[in-house]
Amino acid sequence: MYVGKKVTRVDAFDKVNGRTRYTDDLCDKSAYIAKVLHSTIAHGRVVSIDTTEAEKIPGVVRVFTCFDVKEKHYFPTAGHPWSTDPSHQDVADRLVLTEEVKFYGDDIAAVVAENEVAASQAIRALKVTYEEYPFVLDVLESMKDGAPQIHKEYPNNILKHTTIRKGNYEEAIREPGLTKVEGWYTTPTVQHCHIENFICFAEMTGDRIKVVTSTQIPHIVRRVVGQALGVDWGNIQVIKPYIGGGFGNKQDVLYEPLCAWLCQQIGGHLVKLDVSREETFVSTRVRHAITNHIISWVRPDGTFAARKLEAFSDQGAYASHGHSIVAKGAGAFPQLYPCENVECDAYTVFTNKSVAGAMRGYGIPQAMWAVECHTEEVAAKMGMDPITFRRKNLMPVGYVDQFSKNELYSDTFNQCIDKGMQETDFLRKYEAYKNQTGDVRRGIGMAVFWYNTAVWPISLETSSCRMVLNQDGSFQVQLGETEIGQGADTAYTQMAADIVGVPLNMVHVVSCQDTDVTPFGTGAYASRQTYTAGFSIRQTGLLLKERILKYAQELTRMPAYNLDIADGKIIRKTDNRELMTLGELATEALYSLQHSEHLSAESTAQIKSNAYSFGCTFAEVEVDIPMCKVKLLDIVNVHDAGTIINPALAEAQVHGGMSMGIGFGLSEKLLYDAKTGRALNNNLLDYKMSTFMDHPRLRAFFVENPEPTSAFGTKALGEPPTCSIAPAIRNAVYQATGVFVNDAPVNPHNLFKRLREEKLV
Amino acid sequence: MYDIKAIYEAESVAHAIQLLCEHPEAQIIAGGSDVLVQIREGKRAGKELVSIYGLDEMRGVSYEEDGAIRIGSLTSFSHITKDPIIQKHINVLGEAVDMVGGPQIRNIGTIGGNTCNGVTSADSASTLHAWDAIVEITGPDGVRRIPIHDFYIKAGVVDLKPGEVQTALIIPKESYEGYFGHYIKYAMRNAMDIATTGCSVNVKLSEDKKTIEDARIAYGVAGPVPMRAPSAEARAKGQPVTAETVKAFAEAVLEDIRPRDSWRASKEFRQHIAVTLAERALTESIRLAGGEINE
Repeated sequence: MYVGKKVTRVDAFDKVNGRTRYTDDLCDKSAYIAKVLHSTIAHGRVVSIDTTEAEKIPGVVRVFTCFDVKEKHYFPTAGHPWSTDPSHQDVADRLVLTEEVKFYGDDIAAVVAENEVAASQAIRALKVTYEEYPFVLDVLESMKDGAPQIHKEYPNNILKHTTIRKGNYEEAIREPGLTKVEGWYTTPTVQHCHIENFICFAEMTGDRIKVVTSTQIPHIVRRVVGQALGVDWGNIQVIKPYIGGGFGNKQDVLYEPLCAWLCQQIGGHLVKLDVSREETFVSTRVRHAITNHIISWVRPDGTFAARKLEAFSDQGAYASHGHSIVAKGAGAFPQLYPCENVECDAYTVFTNKSVAGAMRGYGIPQAMWAVECHTEEVAAKMGMDPITFRRKNLMPVGYVDQFSKNELYSDTFNQCIDKGMQETDFLRKYEAYKNQTGDVRRGIGMAVFWYNTAVWPISLETSSCRMVLNQDGSFQVQLGETEIGQGADTAYTQMAADIVGVPLNMVHVVSCQDTDVTPFGTGAYASRQTYTAGFSIRQTGLLLKERILKYAQELTRMPAYNLDIADGKIIRKTDNRELMTLGELATEALYSLQHSEHLSAESTAQIKSNAYSFGCTFAEVEVDIPMCKVKLLDIVNVHDAGTIINPALAEAQVHGGMSMGIGFGLSEKLLYDAKTGRALNNNLLDYKMSTFMDHPRLRAFFVENPEPTSAFGTKALGEPPTCSIAPAIRNAVYQATGVFVNDAPVNPHNLFKRLREEKLV
Repeated sequence: MYDIKAIYEAESVAHAIQLLCEHPEAQIIAGGSDVLVQIREGKRAGKELVSIYGLDEMRGVSYEEDGAIRIGSLTSFSHITKDPIIQKHINVLGEAVDMVGGPQIRNIGTIGGNTCNGVTSADSASTLHAWDAIVEITGPDGVRRIPIHDFYIKAGVVDLKPGEVQTALIIPKESYEGYFGHYIKYAMRNAMDIATTGCSVNVKLSEDKKTIEDARIAYGVAGPVPMRAPSAEARAKGQPVTAETVKAFAEAVLEDIRPRDSWRASKEFRQHIAVTLAERALTESIRLAGGEINE
């Protein structure tokens, strides 16, 4: 059995040796280079673009402006499964190039040139005349009457407003003896900062357009390119090679439609569109900044009588993933700390800023920032220690969510908290760090998180798998759930080897997805790959095995029910005798003069379940008060992700998520100029992503309670590690200083502001 | 792919000067860690370049006849940090340039480029100011030497006339002998960053270590160019080594520095940090000089 073992990544040696090919490596050198002209106003209309000078530059093939987009095929970009019900379809509000500018960085023209220098020169030579409109950058301002209207279909710029009502909040708060705790908690706009910027290239053969792209979602890209170009979806072929990270940014259709359109306009010549880091920050996607307002009414015994959440999510200029993000966070609110009387109002609001889409955690890092900052304040106000308070109020074992039918089967929270306390020596340190004085103080804090796996029942959950047997008994495995660096191919290899009964080296997972040949699947997102693909791997593996054993019956004259496959051999179960190798069987099956058959299996699993995936973070900090600096001394994540398929990969994945959480908690924030709406720090120098030198040793632990609904006992692990880091650090800073910082990140600017308010500096 | 019109490779300092005179629009390129970034951004796209990077005569640290320390302008940050002469006399300069960017930048970036770029945040600049460095400039009319303070004209502009090349930075013996210093780079992360504020302090103590004979302090990012804080220096000179002196010195920097509000940091924050850095850098300099601060 390979599930549960630390097997080496199937792509490890190739990646270390530089043999894996990424999009840019695959593009032929004959490609034309496309570059995009981005708007330099935040809101308005393009009146004209003078292309005269640009067209004179040697090497320029064609210049296209927004006025060249004659057929206006508006398309959605979110990497969601399509819905055949129009009311559940994503908002189609994008064009490949637009006259109507909605943020500083919108796409208004493009140049196709023989080389990059000519393309860049031509972009600089374009002269644009705009009609400028007033713009709005702040989410609460944007909702006010009289604010600049960004999309005419959405009054007050509200893309969507949803509510959750449970019990009777107004009634419940009249209970005598309640303590009210209220706070506002904000999270910043941050960016994914995957190593490989977005890149794609396109070329045509006959009527068909082939797009090779750095994406998480090839099958969705095919559909959207078809929609954007008004082309039959079957005429689009999308290929996804290895990618250098995505973290949700590439769970959106980015510049594939524009690249395909440019290719089509110039007669099908190969065109490459390679997006710079600066453009990636501004003109791809960002994480939704969310402003949260929470009120809790707490009984003297430390239980909640009533709770209220208002969340305002900054969508930026276009709908993309839209309301799904803040809705996920709002959905978690009544579940994490269940309470009889709850009111939630979630708003997604357009502003004239970069478009927000999916990013690791999908609204939960923002929600956990708000909820776990607030929880710490409630515990403090009630005079309870933060652990006892949480244990008393967290979701109990046996809790069932009526909408998703998710159930908490195990005592996950207590087990994870116990492990975290033990690993960090929490109780001793929590006591030792009380009542400190002096310039440099230490603190320890923690936060929990709520997460779930996959998207059922909000969206379709489907996975298709194909297995094809080779002469030597090895077989290929193809899936639509993509390898995006997380190690999916390795996990699939382990699963498939176990189900069919072969050694690891007899499973060849086809890493590259090609929508012409790869079975349909919607891609990598929602921390669902091992969960979702697990069902179709098990189902298809069993199907292949059944076909192999049926053929074995012909060859061995033994009934199939007495046969099995183990370690790549056909076994007679009754006496465990090895009858033949799988290779001998496969060779005979292909070349038999009596009965030739190419043994293969393909099936689709539709998944109608979902699973909770919970855990916590413990953080220890040292705060240098005069310097307004937080030094992270120790950080521990504990996860219950069910059965761990590969402990080494799981640990590495948690480390990556923790690192992203550290940046979110301590340093990252994309800034916009209030006067122009321009992004100010859209590069890796001025945007303060944390470095190795800002990290302590990252420590990851697992509590393994196999998930009963799952094909392999597994559940979400990709996104959860990012969810509770920031509030745990913030709560440790609180223990060190007695100062609550409610605006993330806890960087020196925000800390200085709060320390000065509290007269500590 | 970089948009470069032409690149001329100099074979000697004299040849570099000749090339610069022949191509008056050309930009000097040394390690390229600033120039190439600017070309990529489009700011210097399509320009001619004169590369001086191959001129080993401008590389290395040595003593001049009078005991001054001569740092060739093409000496890389990592070589400065590891140089024994630097480590012996002005280790703080080696420490300061070891905080530039990351290892790759420190291997390619040069101290000459760092100063000729004219930016206030350069990690070498505040320490060079604090140690009264002299800039050696070679041009068509020969060699001239000016104090580093005069070399910086305004943000992004230094005193290099057409055809001139900065060839060395010199620390006179009287500037370093008996002095001990400390640099603090205040940045938002611990690597790959530019200074929000940089503060370099050095002191010379009396023989009994009880009196501050001289104290010098310079800042990066406290104004448009690196600057000294003369009021603070005056406040410490001749004063006893006490906590009170350190505090008075630190608070006096506000009389000299001119930080501004920007999206990178607020003025109020920069002022607070400047005072904190002055206090800490002086305290550490006194410690390095063998002094003990009495309460």
